[in-house]
Amino acid sequence: MSVDVQMPALSPTMEEGALIKWMVKEGDEVRSGDILAEIETDKATMEVEAVDEGIVGKILVAAGSQNVAVGTVILQLLEDGEGADVLKTPAKQVAAAANVTPEPAPAPNPAAPPVAPQPPAQELDIPAGTKMVEISVRDALRDAMAEEMRRDERVFIMGEEVAQYQGAYKVTRELLAEFGDKRVIDTPITEHGFAGIGVGAAMGGLRPIVEFMTWNFAMQAIDQIINSAAKTLYMSGGQMRCPIVFRGPNGAASRVGAQHSHDYSSWYANVPGLKVVAPYDAADAKGLLKAAIRDPNPIVFLEHEMMYGEVMDIPDIEDYIVPIGKALVRRVGTDVTITAHSRMVGRALEAASELEKEGISAEVIDLRTLRPLDSATIIASVKKTNRIVCAEEGWGQSGIGAEIAARVMEQAFDYLDAPPARVFQKDVPLPYAGNLEALSLPNARDVVAAVKEVCYVK
Amino acid sequence: MVKTSGKLKSSKAELLRLYKQMLLIRRFEEKAGQLYGMGFIAGFCHLYIGQEAVVVGIRGAMKDGDQMITSYRDHGHMLACDMEPRGVMAELTGRRDGYSRGKGGSMHMFSVEKNFYGGHGIVGAQVPIGAGLSLANKYLGNGAISIVFFGDGAANQGQVYETFNMAKLWSLPTLFVIENNQYAMGTSIKRASAQTELYKRGISFGIKGVQVDGMNVLAVQEAALKAAKHVRSGKGPLILEMMTYRYRGHSMSDPAKYRTREEVNEVREDHDPIDRVKNRLLDEKWAGLEDLKAIDKEIKAVVNDASDFAKASPEPDPSELYTDVLLEVET
Repeated sequence: MSVDVQMPALSPTMEEGALIKWMVKEGDEVRSGDILAEIETDKATMEVEAVDEGIVGKILVAAGSQNVAVGTVILQLLEDGEGADVLKTPAKQVAAAANVTPEPAPAPNPAAPPVAPQPPAQELDIPAGTKMVEISVRDALRDAMAEEMRRDERVFIMGEEVAQYQGAYKVTRELLAEFGDKRVIDTPITEHGFAGIGVGAAMGGLRPIVEFMTWNFAMQAIDQIINSAAKTLYMSGGQMRCPIVFRGPNGAASRVGAQHSHDYSSWYANVPGLKVVAPYDAADAKGLLKAAIRDPNPIVFLEHEMMYGEVMDIPDIEDYIVPIGKALVRRVGTDVTITAHSRMVGRALEAASELEKEGISAEVIDLRTLRPLDSATIIASVKKTNRIVCAEEGWGQSGIGAEIAARVMEQAFDYLDAPPARVFQKDVPLPYAGNLEALSLPNARDVVAAVKEVCYVK
Repeated sequence: MVKTSGKLKSSKAELLRLYKQMLLIRRFEEKAGQLYGMGFIAGFCHLYIGQEAVVVGIRGAMKDGDQMITSYRDHGHMLACDMEPRGVMAELTGRRDGYSRGKGGSMHMFSVEKNFYGGHGIVGAQVPIGAGLSLANKYLGNGAISIVFFGDGAANQGQVYETFNMAKLWSLPTLFVIENNQYAMGTSIKRASAQTELYKRGISFGIKGVQVDGMNVLAVQEAALKAAKHVRSGKGPLILEMMTYRYRGHSMSDPAKYRTREEVNEVREDHDPIDRVKNRLLDEKWAGLEDLKAIDKEIKAVVNDASDFAKASPEPDPSELYTDVLLEVET
């Protein structure tokens, strides 16, 4: 029996990759552990090792092939004594997720192509006719850091795997080569300690960017973020400055379980002395991160792992800055206001497109900054639409949506035609099983349902 | 108690300077204790009485630009850094002329001008922050070192060891000073630490440590000068364990039932850091009793002035409630 070697999944979120190079050729004898090929994802380059012994029978995917789906048979190994004649082209390329049970409920497919971002309804603060270029959110973040590091010698980055590994999610790719190990510092896995060292370096006159591999791990460091970074300016009567950016991916990625999927938006948005930023698209990722690095205050910058690979338009402007504290109306509408931040903005836009088909005109506000929250933009929108749905990926209790709903009731109660509705993650630790995870996380359909509820439409 | 035997070299001028600095801290803290009892100082107030030789001796090894950072038992450190007694006392009373304009209190005072970086209320949190100051010094190449103080209680915190690791790994110019006053709040070191020789706590990171008689200001200064030289030369961090003792409770509200009166009295009578210098001054005939009385009078006047100032300074203007939360972004 010949053995099919498939394109492997190298991370929980990998769906495809490039086959860079074959390290074997047809007819070669291989043993378990031998390197067969080099493959690359948007995060890393990896070697594929043989797990069986045999003779390389047929190479099915040529070196240099891009976008090879996980599960594609890339090579067939012959067992001892077999000839190439036993090989059959695989009838069907096996799906990687063959063991996944059929989804019982309508569920978002993490592999679904992203919704193409709507052209911003609210004017971006850019000159008319500005050329747009495509870039991934990941590279937009990297460019923001690189530009600011070129601009200001005091800016440096520290964190786990930010230097030689090129970033656990490749956000710091190539920074080490350009800036050297004085300014791109690999730390041991000690979040509490290195967050505190970052805070001290900021107080000592530098402008650190502290990367957490995910915000889940920053719980080890939350004392330094809140007690030291956020409160010291106030406690010192304005003397002690702490210009620092804490950044990394926040919220649920895909199938990584409860301890690696926590959305901390409302935790940090609760704390005076911090600014909390959560961009959705590549342009905001870049413009807001540049603003964050220049800001004299401690900033919590919440990224989204599932957005890193999204390629989006960004204005081709030198030194593109997006001011912190301003929401963006991403889609103008008249019947209902939907607020969202980070990845949920995409879901909200998707919902708005669906609703349009049913004759409901939704206005989508991308919050962009969670503290200070741009109440003015939300209230103005609600006064126009008279209805609001607050969508977020985190839990509902004491969440961002709860805060927005309260503000709307305080400041625009008489304008409301329906009680505010909220869309949020189910009130459970995020489950691992694919179907349960999908049931837990809010999606576009949930937003549509909530909008219909506040519009009293069945 | 670690005892230093014999006389360490000193001079009249030096010993008088050290004596005055320690006495200022002692009298200041006594006054703070009084004001607390009278209700002028609220909340937490951790007095440094008994430990004066540690910060005064260390201060003798600091150069311009070196930074100091410590925990919440910080009044002595601020005075040693030449911060104004008036400003410190007015912060203790929560008034607008305090170093933090009344918004920080006893545990949260800073002076960037005097290179004092706080004043931190979370046990051990100042340790990585202090190493971060060192990282900045090294990055900026300014030749300064940071002196990071923490107690025997903080010495059991995880972040201290995370910091030891990185400080050694990156050869940060950090001098760690453990003020071992034997009690972490009410828990004696023997009841809290599996290994009570705290100067050895850096061994597994390759950081050398020295145990010092923290009740002898000259011994502290000598050890600090040596250590600071090592740290400044780029050889990485060092640990000094100062064997010391606090006479008062952990904070003003501590009845100190966990130790005997005899134990406290024994240290006060036989090891007091200020008496030791006083006796030496008299022995060497560098000062007479009248001279010492005059010094005491002078210091009492400074402390009384600070106290009067702190009582008279108004509370912060209500508009201060919302200031200093965030800095304006310069455009």
